[in-house]
Amino acid sequence: MTSLARPNDYTAYPDAEGRFGDYGGRYVPETLMPLVHELDAAYRAAKADAGFQAELGGYLKHYVGRPSPLYLAERLTAHYGGAKVYFKREELNHTGAHKINNCMGQILLAMRMGKTRIIAETGAGQHGVATATVCARFGLPCVVYMGEVDVARQEPNVFRMNLLGAEVRPVTSGSATLKDAMNEALRDWVTNVEDTYYLIGSAAGPHPYPEMVRDFQAVIGQEARAQVLEMEGRLPDAVVACVGGGSNAIGLFHPFLNDEGVKLIGVEAAGEGMQGRHAAAINGGRPGVLHGNKTYLLQDGEGQITEAHSISAGLDYPGIGPEHSWLHDVGRAKYLTATDQEALAAFQLCAELEGIIPALESSHAIARLPEIVAEVGKDGVVVLNLSGRGDKDVATVAAALGRKI
Amino acid sequence: MSKARIDARFAALKAEGRAGFVAYVMAGDPDAATALAILKGLPGAGADLIELGFPFSDPMAEGPPIQRAAQRALAAGMTLSGVLELARAFRAGDAATPLILMGYMNLILHRGIETFAHDAAQVGVDGVIVVDCPPEEAAPLAKALDAADVALIRLASPTSDDERLKVVVKGTSGFVYYISVAGVTGVKEADAAAVAPAVERVRRASGLPVAVGFGIKTPERAAAIARVADAVVVGSALVDEVAAALEMNEDVSARVLLKAESLAKAVRAARIGQTTV
Repeated sequence: MTSLARPNDYTAYPDAEGRFGDYGGRYVPETLMPLVHELDAAYRAAKADAGFQAELGGYLKHYVGRPSPLYLAERLTAHYGGAKVYFKREELNHTGAHKINNCMGQILLAMRMGKTRIIAETGAGQHGVATATVCARFGLPCVVYMGEVDVARQEPNVFRMNLLGAEVRPVTSGSATLKDAMNEALRDWVTNVEDTYYLIGSAAGPHPYPEMVRDFQAVIGQEARAQVLEMEGRLPDAVVACVGGGSNAIGLFHPFLNDEGVKLIGVEAAGEGMQGRHAAAINGGRPGVLHGNKTYLLQDGEGQITEAHSISAGLDYPGIGPEHSWLHDVGRAKYLTATDQEALAAFQLCAELEGIIPALESSHAIARLPEIVAEVGKDGVVVLNLSGRGDKDVATVAAALGRKI
Repeated sequence: MSKARIDARFAALKAEGRAGFVAYVMAGDPDAATALAILKGLPGAGADLIELGFPFSDPMAEGPPIQRAAQRALAAGMTLSGVLELARAFRAGDAATPLILMGYMNLILHRGIETFAHDAAQVGVDGVIVVDCPPEEAAPLAKALDAADVALIRLASPTSDDERLKVVVKGTSGFVYYISVAGVTGVKEADAAAVAPAVERVRRASGLPVAVGFGIKTPERAAAIARVADAVVVGSALVDEVAAALEMNEDVSARVLLKAESLAKAVRAARIGQTTV
């Protein structure tokens, strides 16, 4: 059972078996176990190699465009009338979201391991685009699995991936969405064990993926922590991020884990509302095993995985990274929810007041700001991860608002 | 009784000097009653052991045939409790054929590991294969199954080197399931020439019989594997018969059992005229 003891050092996880408390692990078929161990060893070596870190740092600076700014959202702050709201501007990265931080790290690792073929799964297409981008940059063939349903509703991103030279394979099995794309990518990996590197986009999957993706995304929190210290002379009272699989959130949270005075707040997608269809694994799910890790999952009364729903395709996943499950259970992080309608309203508000069109994913985090800034109070400071830009979402939003474009 | 039933069956096969035929079918495919008719008919069709799949929404190691079988079973309302009921009904009429449940970890966790082990033993299940539960994650399940005298069957694959094999076979019982190709079920074809030395390696490491599965679709291929392995597992080719029968509006169990019979015959005849391996 899950240990509810609060650890002295939150950053000491996962353990050697890839567990965050009872969560995480390596629940994959035996054929993949040697590959998962090989990846773990290669990642440990790279993590400790100053040369690898310097190379990654160079690409993050010159290709991705890091560091991303920390920006005081003055008009939103005035609008809410509570704590100061800062945006961590991940939407300004190359390809328009935080996804590229992880892709850059993993592609360098894949090449270091001598892998010659890259596969990935994608839901909305953001991780697929980021993966196709780094594959183009380094000249590696790329296959992206994408549910047939998502292929239909995210056509521009499919074309974008094709422009970048990637092959997009529509997945028709199961419910033909992100979870099935991930199943299909795992099936490809288990079939092509010699040459293929599976570039997972979220802080989920078998160990070491949750740790590795978190580490590559932790640049978000490291920068934000230093920036807020410089701008405010102190740590924030709360940091906020949307959570689907949870890579942008864990990247922001991780460098603050041991700063116990900083509240960590994740916002899950409540879709049509928690009584209807939603994508809130922690608030509406139970622990189980899927895609190589034990974590909170949406499932029915028999343990079958159920379909997630969110207006934001990037949050439309029935699970969540295992570190979030653990942070929830031990009480270090708090997970709230926002509905489709609340996210839509926040999307428009942010565009009108700040001149920034946020991704629908990030809009879920913005939607909970009124409660958060009120709780923290007028003298407080809140950092919100603006994880992606919303250009990709304008068609969805227009349709939801009944506008023809 | 459980582990003993597996041991007794492999001892009998050894005495006969032939490989066993292991038939995999999906519980509840296309519905519970038909699946039970298939189960009851399998020993008569020549199945020496039976693997009964329990359907999961996200079967990551399966190719299209078994994925579709799981979807048919789920659409017809099959549950893990329903699977255990099928096992009980089968066992009521057959005391000798080992019955192995095969599926994914989430359903077992959902039921509770101890409850599952207890219930499986109660209904006469002899072994369990959990596709996404490698040795690193298996300790609680292994303990519970062991206490219930149900074998936790381990898997080895072409990616298992000698070091890995040691981990895989540690504390195992019953038999070892050798995945003959790196891949999902029912897609790539197994090559008997490559399988032979691998089976020998797994046998040496485990001291147990080795059943070979994945990518064995035809009687010819089954016979070729039967010459080098202790048992031959066929799954996708059988569940494809369910799909074909439904499409052609034929008697599902008759069609599946006919296929099983042809595979069993090939396996039984494979070593005739050969020196025993």
